Amino acid sequence: MKAWANKWGLIVVLLALPVYYGIKDLADTGSLSHLGQNLLAGLSNGSIWALIAVGYTLVYGIIELINFAHGDVFMIGSFVTAGLFGTIGLGLTSGPLGIGFGLLAILLIAMVTCGVLNVMIERVAYRPLRSAPKLAPLITAVGFSFILQNVGLLWLGGSPASVPDLIHAQQDVFTVFGITVQRADLLAFAVTIPLVAAMTIFIARTKLGKAMRATAQDPDAARLMGINVDTTISLTFLIGGMLAGAAGLIYALYQTTIWFFQGFQAGLIAFTAAVMGGIGNIRGAVLGGLIIGCIQQISDNRIGTQWTPAIVFAYLILIMVFRPQGLLGEETREAG
Amino acid sequence: MSAAAAPAARRTSRVSSPPPWANKGLAVLVALLAIMLPLFFDPISGFIDDAVVALAYVIMALGLNVVVGFAGLLDLGYVAFFAIGAFTTGWFMSGFYVDANIHILTSGPVGTLPGIHLNFIFVLVIAAFLCALAGTLIGLPTLRLRGDYIAIVTLAFGEIIRVFAVNGDTISIAHGAKLTGGRQGITPVDQVKLPFLDPFTQLNLRPWYWFVLALVFIVLFVVIRLRDSRMGRAWIAIREDEVAAASMGVPLVKTKLLAYTVGGAIGGVAGAFLAAYLNTVNADQFAFSFSIFVLAMVILGGLGSVWGVVLGAVLLSFINNRLIPDVLDSVPGKLGLNFNLTDLGFGIFGFLLVIVMILRPEGLLPERRRQLELHEGIDSGESVFEARV
Repeated sequence: MKAWANKWGLIVVLLALPVYYGIKDLADTGSLSHLGQNLLAGLSNGSIWALIAVGYTLVYGIIELINFAHGDVFMIGSFVTAGLFGTIGLGLTSGPLGIGFGLLAILLIAMVTCGVLNVMIERVAYRPLRSAPKLAPLITAVGFSFILQNVGLLWLGGSPASVPDLIHAQQDVFTVFGITVQRADLLAFAVTIPLVAAMTIFIARTKLGKAMRATAQDPDAARLMGINVDTTISLTFLIGGMLAGAAGLIYALYQTTIWFFQGFQAGLIAFTAAVMGGIGNIRGAVLGGLIIGCIQQISDNRIGTQWTPAIVFAYLILIMVFRPQGLLGEETREAG
Repeated sequence: MSAAAAPAARRTSRVSSPPPWANKGLAVLVALLAIMLPLFFDPISGFIDDAVVALAYVIMALGLNVVVGFAGLLDLGYVAFFAIGAFTTGWFMSGFYVDANIHILTSGPVGTLPGIHLNFIFVLVIAAFLCALAGTLIGLPTLRLRGDYIAIVTLAFGEIIRVFAVNGDTISIAHGAKLTGGRQGITPVDQVKLPFLDPFTQLNLRPWYWFVLALVFIVLFVVIRLRDSRMGRAWIAIREDEVAAASMGVPLVKTKLLAYTVGGAIGGVAGAFLAAYLNTVNADQFAFSFSIFVLAMVILGGLGSVWGVVLGAVLLSFINNRLIPDVLDSVPGKLGLNFNLTDLGFGIFGFLLVIVMILRPEGLLPERRRQLELHEGIDSGESVFEARV
């Protein structure tokens, strides 16, 4: 019984919401298109969480630290994006070519800014404490999260600010099986898929990627093999921050409102995603992000937006109870 | 590297520490001063108001210190106990449940009002009991986990409680009675009436002060006795090395759960008191930042150090309630910056957490054993993960 719960418990829990509403839809309307619409929105929204979750998982994999400030780095990414719209003169009247190239440039700037910010946080707050008890860097991480939130608060004020809807996010593109695909969905996939692919190839194929994997496995041995562990860790934070910056851009265009508190919520959701997939496992983080996105959409749409955080966190606790190593993760020292 | 020299200096200074009676004498002196303090101020002065809140925070920080400082289980959802304690006051000491008509040991005008009205002493006991129960519940799923996973699970619990507090006004439990007052809050709350004393009012804050001070003394006594007990040593053992503690026969499940239970109960008492004092139970009070605020008190004072935590709580609550809003608020304006210091509220606490953790992880008044632990890893050169500056 216990073995069964460990193996299937999480999967049963995950399927509960979609299956329940699927049956309900079939009974009420005779088609699954409503649920399908939820799932599509969930996947596109989930790709934002996936990008953030990968940052959590990379950092956890290499130094076993929950980078609590990561969600707020993502928030800064959104703010930089929104700030740059004005700076380079992108507005609702710009032509499609201008918007395309402008967004590409802004994407790069946001990614680099967040990457560098993440590296600086590591340098200041985590590196001096690397051999201290684990409580210490976690507390500095919480501290930095608060500092970044305060930066956001001073930057755009305490209430949500709107971002020009440059890509006309709500505009329908095409419809399949009664499921309407909007521009925002396409943007999310168009940014996420190449980035995740590029990062996977980087980690799997390049020499630096190999160094990252070696450091994650055993930092002492990696250093003996001539790998510069400090640089490798910085690189990990750089990649994680860049992905968070990209997620920030998608979020700003997708939701068209940003505020200083979005990073806290997003950080927790993405952390749940990373844990769900199996922390330290990149494919797991992406999978977890997409699943959490779907759960969140179903909850937003059917149960009520105000309950969504409670539902996501209840899932986090259920994962911890049933399968702390996550869907794709190995039994680890920490979670096992 | 001056980092290596600093702990050595600290070690020598410890040898020439004052005699053991000096600490006790100092404690008695501070206690006497604390008792006399309100006599020097106007009974409704802002100072006493801040002091009452500060002492309630002291209780909360002492409770969190049991979990984080003694047992080493990082709890980022401590606000949950504030919420549950406060709601106990809201539920059992107000006219919130109009249909119910329960009065236990109440006197004066409250005795005839509709709602549930219990004597405040009962409310405190119920709050402690409910929070102990909640602490155990929160502890259960974290038993299999270690380290930072615990932090996240407790955080998730705190957020779930907050979501229920905010949206509780849409949940009806029976006959249209709601779970919480949501953002409107449950207000007003009954006056506190203790046996042989007049009811506490907002016109004279001294009784509130002495009452919360008495609570602080009781909690201090409990916490110190617990720390020096068999259970306290077990907490410190699992904090230092869980595997070694388990193999020495420390029952991990019972020990950890008891830390959550005690920590929760103490937090609940403080929450119930604060709700009665502030005369409202409002869902917006229970944000995550409050958990961090209390955690900052514990860390600033010194993880595991009872007296340090008292100092940290008093300092931070005065910084938060007096220094930042009243004294220093206009400083950035005078320097030509267009914001007020209150806007920086939690940024300052975040900064404080980072600075304290990096420069003086053992806090202002460190506990000896904890200090050794926190510096052990940093000073020993055995790991290649040693910081290279």
